[in-house]
Amino acid sequence: MTVKRFEEFIKKHENDSDMELQILNLGPTHPSTHGIFQNILLMDGETILDSEPTVGYIHRAFEKIAERRPYNQIVPLTDRMNYCSSPINNIGFNMTVEKLVGIEVPKRAQYIRVIIMELARIADHLICNSVIGVDTGALTGFLYVFQIREKIYDVYEQICGARLTTNLSRIGGMERDLTPKMIEMIHSLLAEAKKTFAEFETLMTRNRIFMDRTVNVGGISADRALNYGFTGPNLRAAGVDYDVRVMNPYSSYEDFDFKVPVGSSGDCYDRFCVREAEIWESISIIEQALKNLPDGDFHADVPEFYLPPKQEVYHNMEALIYHFKIVMGEMPIPAGEVYHAVEGGNGELGFYLVSDGGRTPYRLHFRRPCFIYYQAFAEMIKGSMLSDAIATMSSLNVIAGELDA
Amino acid sequence: MEVDKQKVVDSLIQQFEGNVGNIEETYGLTTLQVRKSSIFEVIKYLKEEQSFTLLTDVCGMHFPDNDPEMQFAVVYHIHNLFKNIRLRLRVFLPADNPEVDSMVDVFSSANWQERETYDFFGIIFKNHPNLVRILNMDEMEVFPLRKEFPLEDGGRIDKDDRFFGRSIHNE
Repeated sequence: MTVKRFEEFIKKHENDSDMELQILNLGPTHPSTHGIFQNILLMDGETILDSEPTVGYIHRAFEKIAERRPYNQIVPLTDRMNYCSSPINNIGFNMTVEKLVGIEVPKRAQYIRVIIMELARIADHLICNSVIGVDTGALTGFLYVFQIREKIYDVYEQICGARLTTNLSRIGGMERDLTPKMIEMIHSLLAEAKKTFAEFETLMTRNRIFMDRTVNVGGISADRALNYGFTGPNLRAAGVDYDVRVMNPYSSYEDFDFKVPVGSSGDCYDRFCVREAEIWESISIIEQALKNLPDGDFHADVPEFYLPPKQEVYHNMEALIYHFKIVMGEMPIPAGEVYHAVEGGNGELGFYLVSDGGRTPYRLHFRRPCFIYYQAFAEMIKGSMLSDAIATMSSLNVIAGELDA
Repeated sequence: MEVDKQKVVDSLIQQFEGNVGNIEETYGLTTLQVRKSSIFEVIKYLKEEQSFTLLTDVCGMHFPDNDPEMQFAVVYHIHNLFKNIRLRLRVFLPADNPEVDSMVDVFSSANWQERETYDFFGIIFKNHPNLVRILNMDEMEVFPLRKEFPLEDGGRIDKDDRFFGRSIHNE
């Protein structure tokens, strides 16, 4: 249908000698779109006159599947949404269920969650910031910071055994405690990350070529950004200081001292700078959390929701019963509806959960930031060059998994 | 914050008498039920007069056990960033004609979210600029998140699962 609209436009302007019109199909699989997105572009020479994005290529019906699964089996589905920062998705969903049930998680577990979520945020932002370098012709920085990402994945591996799709954290707390070895790993990781990001910034931030490619490219005003439902770094780059961590603190974020970086023009360069500044804030939050890590339990005392230690299951009747019930998905979840939002890598990641008291959710809706702000893409690239559209897309950090759910 | 929220709720009730009601407070979020004829005006009023500048979320719901006038629901989450007030608005729609006004004129972000709701529930948004499927393929004939399409029963035995090797009933 879109193509027909574009074809009619071309037909109308057939005899226009100062126009070179054509339809260009960008995607679905294109190396610089980082995921499966199709954009049908109406081009005049190298300028984009109009575009129509098509999404849904990797839709996996998570909302429908979630209506049949017990709550602890939904967590692995959330991994596969924003796979660049899956711990934030996992912990966000677990916190939603905890809010519905009314579980108070101990301070130590909350701090561990903060550490993991901030590591995930660093991993998410560094991918976006280094990939925009790749798309504008600078591969070096990408290779530098990806070493840090590997180190972050090593920490995930220590804490949950997996690297990409983590299924980290449980309803009621963490699956296991932070050991001294993990703390040591995180400390050395942070020391190295500081050096690497300082080096990365000398490569990119004031780089003439990079600035020429990104300053005043793909900008959006604060008003339009809000109207389009932008949240997270993309909204902050436009100058609105909305951060869920500050406005509705969850998981003890109110204990930490950090700044919310904002930009002014909302262009690709501002988005890059905001993400870069947020990486430094995240490093500082992790340091504060490690310094003030409270003693205590790493999970709440909720035997009906939290799996007992395996050794107990073999010797203790109650533990065996609870183990069986949790594994079979029989948890006493109350009826009710709850909306919980966390600050994901790309913005406000919301979980709208409606329960009728059964073993599965009655309805679970994911508020996926990518899905909501990607609709502004067509407006943002209108009138720009094709190569600027690529830079805009990668600086928006659109993740196909999150977009399509 | 609570006082501000109460003021907003009171002004809504005053402004749209009879069309806004059933106020409930669950888990720190106030839910209001709005008649479908006035939802557009309510959201426009909230945005323009009460500075609710962020339409956080739009999603659909299906209640096949409700009476026919209330089978579908559209749920809006709307956020005032200045005073940090979140509200949830719910519109019930009848089964035979689930139709509600589109919010695209007020919030551009409603565009794809309403397309998604249409895609999964078949709820029609009047005055929507391009109400077509978004995540599912265009040829699809059903609205998959409706409750009349249950997911497959894991225990069914009439299915030949030989080629997938998962069933206990193989061999």
